[in-house]
Amino acid sequence: MDEFIRLAHGSGGDASKSLIEFLVGKYLKNPIVESLEDSAVLEIDASRIAFTTDSYVVHPIFFPGGDIGSLAVNGTVNDLAMVGAFPLALTLSFIIEEGFSFEDLNRLMESISRTARVAGVEIVGGDTKVVEKGSVDRIFINTAGVGMVPEGMSISSGGARPGDVVILSGTIGDHGIAVLSQRQGLRFETTIESDTAPLNKLVEAMLEVTHDIHAMRDPTRGGLATTLNEIASRSQVGIAIDEDKVPIRSEVLRACEMFGLDPFYVANEGKLVAFVPESVAPELLESMRKVDTGKHAAIIGRVTAQNEGIVLLNTRVGGERILGSLSGELLPRIC
Amino acid sequence: MRFAEEFRSRELVKSIADRIRQKCQKQWTLMEFCGTHTVSIFRHGLKSMLPDGVKLVSGPGCPVCVTSKTDIDKILALCDIPDAIVATYGDMMKVPGSKFTLAEKRAQGADVRVIYSSYDAIELARENRGRKVFFIGIGFETTAPSTAAAVRRAKEMGLQNFKVLSLHKLTPPVIGALLEGDCAVDGFICPGHVCSIIGAKPLEPIASGYGKPCVVAGFEPGDVMQAILMLVAQLEEGRSEVEIEYVRGVTYEGNSNALKIMEEVFDITSSEWRGIGVVENTGLVLRGEFADFDASPYVPQQIRSEPDPPGCKCGDILRGEMLPPDCPLFGRLCKPSSPIGPCMVSSEGSCATYYLYARSEKWMNL
Repeated sequence: MDEFIRLAHGSGGDASKSLIEFLVGKYLKNPIVESLEDSAVLEIDASRIAFTTDSYVVHPIFFPGGDIGSLAVNGTVNDLAMVGAFPLALTLSFIIEEGFSFEDLNRLMESISRTARVAGVEIVGGDTKVVEKGSVDRIFINTAGVGMVPEGMSISSGGARPGDVVILSGTIGDHGIAVLSQRQGLRFETTIESDTAPLNKLVEAMLEVTHDIHAMRDPTRGGLATTLNEIASRSQVGIAIDEDKVPIRSEVLRACEMFGLDPFYVANEGKLVAFVPESVAPELLESMRKVDTGKHAAIIGRVTAQNEGIVLLNTRVGGERILGSLSGELLPRIC
Repeated sequence: MRFAEEFRSRELVKSIADRIRQKCQKQWTLMEFCGTHTVSIFRHGLKSMLPDGVKLVSGPGCPVCVTSKTDIDKILALCDIPDAIVATYGDMMKVPGSKFTLAEKRAQGADVRVIYSSYDAIELARENRGRKVFFIGIGFETTAPSTAAAVRRAKEMGLQNFKVLSLHKLTPPVIGALLEGDCAVDGFICPGHVCSIIGAKPLEPIASGYGKPCVVAGFEPGDVMQAILMLVAQLEEGRSEVEIEYVRGVTYEGNSNALKIMEEVFDITSSEWRGIGVVENTGLVLRGEFADFDASPYVPQQIRSEPDPPGCKCGDILRGEMLPPDCPLFGRLCKPSSPIGPCMVSSEGSCATYYLYARSEKWMNL
């Protein structure tokens, strides 16, 4: 175990995983938290309630395509949607640095209320704390959310089965590169916008076609590669991905090359990856593509019984290699 | 022409792979000197497309990996100077010194800034005139000219608080040093970026003196495969020449402006390479007229570095004498999230590359 917390512990990769395993495994032992899903599913009387929380520290707080406010709403809505829940209500808490302008706070609140409206969730409570200058960087936000899980619905990251196809809802890397383009010392001209968006409408459209979704996740910090590895290891299956089937904007690819980043590890904030039986895939894709957040949805690979716990990539040039999970720190404070 | 897509086409790469298979009759071991090549080979899965007769080993071409522990300890010592700002490229942050990494030092309160260009360090020095800004000049001939340009700029601006710790290294002489050892390599895939500065000419002693063919390669999959084909052809035909595959980036004579500014600012000296030892004529120090900008006088005289942890085989790996998975620590005690040796730290280190792209046995043994 490390002696100090390093930024890598917040990167979403291997170090984050070991930190969470340490926190959960040592101090919080219970079957619900140990499942490590995006939302906890609680059985209360006859209902099943999904419950989750997330904090947002993105730097800078405004970036092309979004801001820390829209991110805070979408991130929590998406964590609920990933277990198949219909989001009902959120709470919203601010930790604000002394000297933060009301102008910026207004901008954020407008964005938050607009995003909540699009997602169809109410913000029903919250909290504000103000701290001395230097105690936080401008503003940090926490949101928590509850949602209702329909009867019989059971989507986890451990349910992928051999023969499943892997569906990705759109292009990868947009959020990470949009934030990076605004960083001090790195600013570059780009038309790339963050993909931050609520995914609950897309999930609803998918559930109208089938409830037979074996596994689902939104690939945020750590990128698509890390999410696929989590699913491969929790489902005890192999996954084979075709690089040329994975949608990516050419601007994102260029920017990644310029900074030596691999887009498979760059964060997304409005994408999901779903594992479904091949038989339902055509109809599912058709209905996903009718929703704005799913219009570039594509089958990017399949699940195999061999190579358990491993994600393989068939490369664009015809080679084959492992697609490992993120190790270390890619970009700090991306969400 | 877009300069990259053409070299990434599936048809092109496959047709070169077919020609390598036809040409290759014997067993050849080729070294890709540069870490960027190692990453390209793994990222595109090129090893899976090569015949059994071609074996690739990674060389010492990752600047972070070959920086000696003593040099890391020097950087850590600079962090302890009151009011110091240490400005470094990001990949230095996680390299373990004797006691800490720079990232750990920053977590303990040292002012360490990750920058993307030597001019960012100039800017830091300008904004913080009351504080000393120590810029860690690291890298091969690719980054040395930009350090030289920053030093010259600091002199023009009279920025006395800007100091450079030059850890720069030169590549051609170290290939010679490898060949003096137990390195069983038949030919070299030579670094395209380095040669865009120095040209292909400095590789002549390797080809003519040591009889090892050299091909300067670009970094796209088509480039690397073409360079492998050119090396296999030379070897099968019994030739040993310097050839340039990366003609769109490299000339025989190199970039005269970059070479001139390096010569103006630096003197050549010996340098300590991790795993290889001290190699003559492979280091760069600031010349006398730029002494005001040299960070060396601020480094404590007696730095006693601890030996490498038992079992760490970074030295053997950097010399191309061992593959990462054969190290007893690889993937068990030594991982990118908790690296023990430097080759697991840098994103272009060969151990980190093997770990990320080839973790299972089937792929490691290719």
